[in-house]
Amino acid sequence: MPDTPIGKPIPIDVIEESLYEVRSKIYPRSVGGLFARWRFVLVLATQLLFYGLPWLSWNGRQAVLFDLIARKFYIFGLVLWPQDVIYLTLLLILSALALFLFTAVAGRLFCGYACPQTVYTEIFMWIERKIEGDRFARIRLDGEEWPWSVRKWRIKITKHLVWLLVAFWTGFTFIGYFTPIDTLSAAILHLALGPWQLFWLCFYSFATWGNAGFMREQVCKYMCPYARFQSVMVDKDTFLVTYDKVRGEPRGSRSKSANHESLGLGDCVDCSICVQVCPTGIDIRDGLQYMCIGCGACIDACDQVMEKVEYPKGLIRYTTERAIEDQESNQSAMKHILRPRVLFYTIFISILTTAFLISLATRNPLRVDVMRDRGALAREVDGVRIENIYRIQIMNASEHAMQVSVKASGLKDLKILNSQGKEINEIAVGPASNQLLPIKVSTTIGENDSGNYPIHFDVIAQEMTGEKSILRMREEKSTFIIPR
Amino acid sequence: MSDFLGAGWSAYIALVTLVGIFWCIWLLFSVRKVKAVLRSDGEVADTGHVWDGDLRELNNPLPRWWMWMFLISCIFGLVYLALYPGLGSYPGLLGYSTDGALMNSMTTANDELKPVYAKYVKMDIVDIAADPKAREMGQRLFLNSCAQCHGSDAGGGKGFPNLTDGDWLYGGSPENIKTTIINGRGGVMPPFGAVLNASQVQDVTNYVRSLSGLPADDLKVARGADVFKANCIACHGSDAKGNIALGAPNLTDKTWLYGASEATITETLTKGRVAMMPAQDKVLSSEKIQLLTAYVWGLSNNKPAQVK
Repeated sequence: MPDTPIGKPIPIDVIEESLYEVRSKIYPRSVGGLFARWRFVLVLATQLLFYGLPWLSWNGRQAVLFDLIARKFYIFGLVLWPQDVIYLTLLLILSALALFLFTAVAGRLFCGYACPQTVYTEIFMWIERKIEGDRFARIRLDGEEWPWSVRKWRIKITKHLVWLLVAFWTGFTFIGYFTPIDTLSAAILHLALGPWQLFWLCFYSFATWGNAGFMREQVCKYMCPYARFQSVMVDKDTFLVTYDKVRGEPRGSRSKSANHESLGLGDCVDCSICVQVCPTGIDIRDGLQYMCIGCGACIDACDQVMEKVEYPKGLIRYTTERAIEDQESNQSAMKHILRPRVLFYTIFISILTTAFLISLATRNPLRVDVMRDRGALAREVDGVRIENIYRIQIMNASEHAMQVSVKASGLKDLKILNSQGKEINEIAVGPASNQLLPIKVSTTIGENDSGNYPIHFDVIAQEMTGEKSILRMREEKSTFIIPR
Repeated sequence: MSDFLGAGWSAYIALVTLVGIFWCIWLLFSVRKVKAVLRSDGEVADTGHVWDGDLRELNNPLPRWWMWMFLISCIFGLVYLALYPGLGSYPGLLGYSTDGALMNSMTTANDELKPVYAKYVKMDIVDIAADPKAREMGQRLFLNSCAQCHGSDAGGGKGFPNLTDGDWLYGGSPENIKTTIINGRGGVMPPFGAVLNASQVQDVTNYVRSLSGLPADDLKVARGADVFKANCIACHGSDAKGNIALGAPNLTDKTWLYGASEATITETLTKGRVAMMPAQDKVLSSEKIQLLTAYVWGLSNNKPAQVK
């Protein structure tokens, strides 16, 4: 349109268009190949992990359990308390960085292979294919007019029953991460679920059924924010599912025996199979689109067609924008992988992962809080000592019992007693529990001037891990007030 | 429902809310179609809006269920406003209030706790005090409700009695302690600054100190004894051992609520003292008071080992 000045359209007709449209259902055709196999492996791996993990046990309890009511997260040998929320923060930052890195290197790897939306859609589509048949059979079935035939009723009901079964099992498993899964399954068998368990079970089952059965690509297209901001993480050197326009155009059908070069045609035979297999219903030949989830189905499909017409494979392939422009091979495009943003992400992820692991490995399961009684400043005892009162909370975040002793220092002649006025002996704090005790700290009158003094409490614990015991220490600061 | 100064404000807020919702619905329907311009050169229609010289606005339609979601949100809002408070000061058909919800959940919690307390309601205070579980519960109640004044260790402070020393202003029997918790206490030491002159105050101070064995001037003690007899025995008794019916402290022991120094006693004498233990009957349930009584009584009486 060189002769039409851009920005000054010449209207020839004004029509009314709706800003909303009825979604047209997508019937992706099944396809086999390298990327389909990869997706199968990853669906299997993620689902084995998801469905299997809650059934593992560790030290007589569920290995992975997020006990929201007791506010304790059990992950194998680790017990995390709300105070450990920093690890969740770090984990989320790491996930975000990993997403940035993958996107910069090879686009939406997460979307195509590991995103729950893709994975469950894949499982549901596999079921659908087994029951209703492939693309054309499904189009034919859905095209059947009302009233439905017995066959259609049978097929549809079967499909939804199987879908609901998978959805229910998914919801059940999900709840099994928050409620011990063996008591949960017993409760289901005896129809004795609590109201919230029932609600969440129905909610997650319904969400799985709805998202994987009906919403499908609409979640990616209209609801997922990642689809919308991925373009800022992608650059000219990012490997993406790309249609080689230079090689393919002009597209057109031709007989197998014809010499397409003499016909002035490119390699694209315009069979539209790449469109038929696309789970989001786009045409990859229009270039990079935010709807493309990078699943590679069109690559598998096109490669099969290229093989049939005896053209070289890879008309649609993973490659970079630069490689297409400069007609470079993927080998030379690989040389651009190590660019500043990739290096930055990699270094940042390595540092954070190291810090995360070190911090987790050396995490001190003994936690202490000291709260000074705010109601009273201080009190005199027998006219010779001045006394401040504190509440000390000792938290044992390990799975072993602890023997704890408390000392105070920071002022001359400090003495520490329990609330009965006795010497504090070893305090036993049970595994994964905490203990609050009021304590008296006193000093001799006249030893120190009046004022506020920083003091600190040294809490020393022996973590009893069977045969040996581990020494755990914490120091907690507080203030000692000597009134005038 | 007195959040608004007058009915006018309530009506104004309600009006703004409703107009807002209906405006949203109107907007949704009025802009659901767009005028598109078919260009002479191409098949792509655009809205004719152009920015920065070359950015044309195309139509990328949303799925229609999205529009229904907007509408459902508006309807949900209207239904919500009919059922729950939100429209000015209109209370809603369900009669819900956060206050009522709090009361409900407190009632539920108390009902749930009833069986836990049931065991202790009929038990003797001395027996409850010997029960380790009851002591734990008592301590938690104490830390929540009493420790602000009496200290986490129940050791008290200036003006707040020590509950562990076995010395009681109003008596240390379980019944007395319970009465104190339920009804509270108001302790008054009247100011004698207008009645006694400075030297008389000094004399009584010395006398009172001598009663508990603190160093004092013998001459002043002798004079102070007379002043004491004339002014103080009505409450503190002729033997100065106090009176638990009035909450008058025993002056012969080593327990001093406000301090034993000459300056403090002089201040107590001239300015008087007013002390207040707030009543808990409206704050704590009778079961909790039962457990607290046992805990407080146990602080100075109960040595679990002895009871066993």
